[in-house]
Amino acid sequence: MAATNAHQTRISPHLEKQMKRVGVVGLVTMGTSLLALLFLMPFAYGGITSFKDKEQITRSAKGSILPMDPILFEYAQVYELDGEQLPVYNVQPTEGITRTVQQWALVSGDPESGKSTFVDTRSSSRFYEVEDGVATIREQPTNVQITPLVTQLEIYEVPQDDGSVRELAALTKRQTSTTFINLADPYGEKIEWEGRYLTLDQKMEFAPRMGNFEEAWNRADFLKLFRNTLAIAVLGMIGTLISSILVAYAFARFPIPGKNIIFLILIGTIILPNQVRLIPTYAFFSRIHWTGTWLPLIVPHFFANAYNVFLLRQYFLTLPREMDEAAMIDGAGPFTILWRIIIPLSWPVIVAVSLFHFVFAWNDYFEPLIYLLGKPDLHPISVGIQQFNFIYDQEPHLIQATSLLALVLPVFVFFISQRFFMQGVVVTGVDK
Amino acid sequence: MTTTSEAVAVEQEIRQPAEKSMSLEKQRQIWGWIFLSPWIFGFFVFTALPMVASLAFSFTDFDLNAADEINYVGLENYERLFTDPNVDNALWATAKFATIALPLAIGLPVLLASLLNSRFLVGKAIFRTLFYMPYMVPLVSATYIWGGVLNTETGWINRFLEEIVGIPNGPNWVYSTLWIYPALNIIGLWGIGNAMLFTLAAMQGVPTELYEAARVDGAGPFGQFRHITLPMISPIIFYNLILSVIGLFRYFEVPFILKEGSGDPGGATMFFNIHLYQTAFTFKEMGYGATLAWLLFVMAMGATILIFVTARYWVYYAAAED
Repeated sequence: MAATNAHQTRISPHLEKQMKRVGVVGLVTMGTSLLALLFLMPFAYGGITSFKDKEQITRSAKGSILPMDPILFEYAQVYELDGEQLPVYNVQPTEGITRTVQQWALVSGDPESGKSTFVDTRSSSRFYEVEDGVATIREQPTNVQITPLVTQLEIYEVPQDDGSVRELAALTKRQTSTTFINLADPYGEKIEWEGRYLTLDQKMEFAPRMGNFEEAWNRADFLKLFRNTLAIAVLGMIGTLISSILVAYAFARFPIPGKNIIFLILIGTIILPNQVRLIPTYAFFSRIHWTGTWLPLIVPHFFANAYNVFLLRQYFLTLPREMDEAAMIDGAGPFTILWRIIIPLSWPVIVAVSLFHFVFAWNDYFEPLIYLLGKPDLHPISVGIQQFNFIYDQEPHLIQATSLLALVLPVFVFFISQRFFMQGVVVTGVDK
Repeated sequence: MTTTSEAVAVEQEIRQPAEKSMSLEKQRQIWGWIFLSPWIFGFFVFTALPMVASLAFSFTDFDLNAADEINYVGLENYERLFTDPNVDNALWATAKFATIALPLAIGLPVLLASLLNSRFLVGKAIFRTLFYMPYMVPLVSATYIWGGVLNTETGWINRFLEEIVGIPNGPNWVYSTLWIYPALNIIGLWGIGNAMLFTLAAMQGVPTELYEAARVDGAGPFGQFRHITLPMISPIIFYNLILSVIGLFRYFEVPFILKEGSGDPGGATMFFNIHLYQTAFTFKEMGYGATLAWLLFVMAMGATILIFVTARYWVYYAAAED
């Protein structure tokens, strides 16, 4: 023991430093994890809510965050007559003057077939004979429907005087006291409890609703929305790739007078608020009858985009010029050099640009909103789910389910291609 | 005479290959213009002309419901700007939103990037991915998901306040004229990814010798942050600031989706761009809409220029001092 102590004191400065470092690392990493958890918490909210129904969501205001249903205890009501407990039935006359449901208790016989005798639960002196579904009420033979009276009782954890807790089913709930029954012996002695039942813990069970995603998928017609979005995204992607590569190639490789100024103007369009060109552009598209079609969402991408040109140009500039010069001496034209040398070497940035466009098109909301007004068949996912959720305003579980369905693909694409993605983002941000 | 003609001949001899290369140069120039042409055409058709047309529209009563009757109305639309209660309202809404949004947009990426750049953090790449990922979520989805989280009764924030913190009646978030602005900013948090990534990359680009030198001079972690990190990343802060300010004027999607463009509660979400949308596309008043658009443009450009002018006092360009 003493030896270990001495040993520890000897190396303690180093050990202490090491321990301190491990401590700080642990603390910082844990704090960051907590922050990340908080930041991503809404995904969990959306996910869990998507497995609830409306009632469960409403109930979550006071209860559990998970989709839970109350556990219910099926209790066949009984009526006490002369110290005997008789099963109670609902009796519904299907003809005659009075159609009011009455509650009778079975005294003898079988209500399903043959002859049976009932007693009225409101007055123990009034007896009825029933034969083959026909009762004699006020001396009139009346057809009746007889069903057992079963109530679903909520189960609560009720604290007892001795400090223990018992699971009991609430038979009669009142403001300040409740009559409970024992689950094991429902027809035994009843248990009176003083206090507000609302303060008790109710017994619940995990009961996720599995159908919300399917319902959202079908009702919002996600297949159509996916198809539309993909078509718009892919066509625009082709356009922006072709045009942006050409323009970036021009900026990276060709002597153009005033190139720097032109490039500055191009970059300047990034901070130009779109609104200032929106209205005439809309009026123009409306005049040539392109509103109500996908063309305004696709065609402008065939004329290059500042971000993409910038990204591609930065990459092209890093490629050694010697290669295209050698090819030029061999007689290769500008297109051949682009196709055979530049593009094959630039696939990481081309992937990044394609991804950016895909995500842009998937998320774009404003332009489809104005150009596809009143054309729900052409709507992409963003406008589609917004319009769906506008209609199903009162169905929060469906809103969460559609929102999750809409984000799965872009988030998935991001995860499998994050390296390209983040590198591309960094280039556009830092190099400027 | 002979000398001159000889000289000319020699000169021509010298110039000929030069001219040939000039023509090659010329040829390459033409190719350059050809490759540039998609953007130049697009710039004129989709940017320059519409901008000018927008200005022209602002002096007319152009109404898409009666597209063939366009009348010159002089400065009428501009006078209307001063009497339009929605313009006032929109500017106030933007200002209130900005008082929270701008500090967040500038400060949070720096804080988060510092955290992700910390030498005490394990699993940096994973955290970077996690904090960036919500940026990929479509705004429509993000708005609805956060809308649920912010629900007064069943949302997790108010549940947390009640169950854990012990505040039984949490804010009315998106239904309150006061809390709507924090709520919109909370929804906007998921858009922090890009700015964070830029800042992080800039921080990683700061030469380590600078920190070593500062340590030798006795600077603590905060001193290093204040005197090295901040100046070195100030160009990125500048860039983030410009994009955020322009984003403020463009702000549309989240409040529009959340409130279906109604401006509720009490006009608190009737941001400038939503008013512009309603004017131009709901009421089809393109002339006045164009006026609003130009006002937006002028304000956004004014703010940008202001930031550019002040930049020389607080943005540090290492390259400029070389």
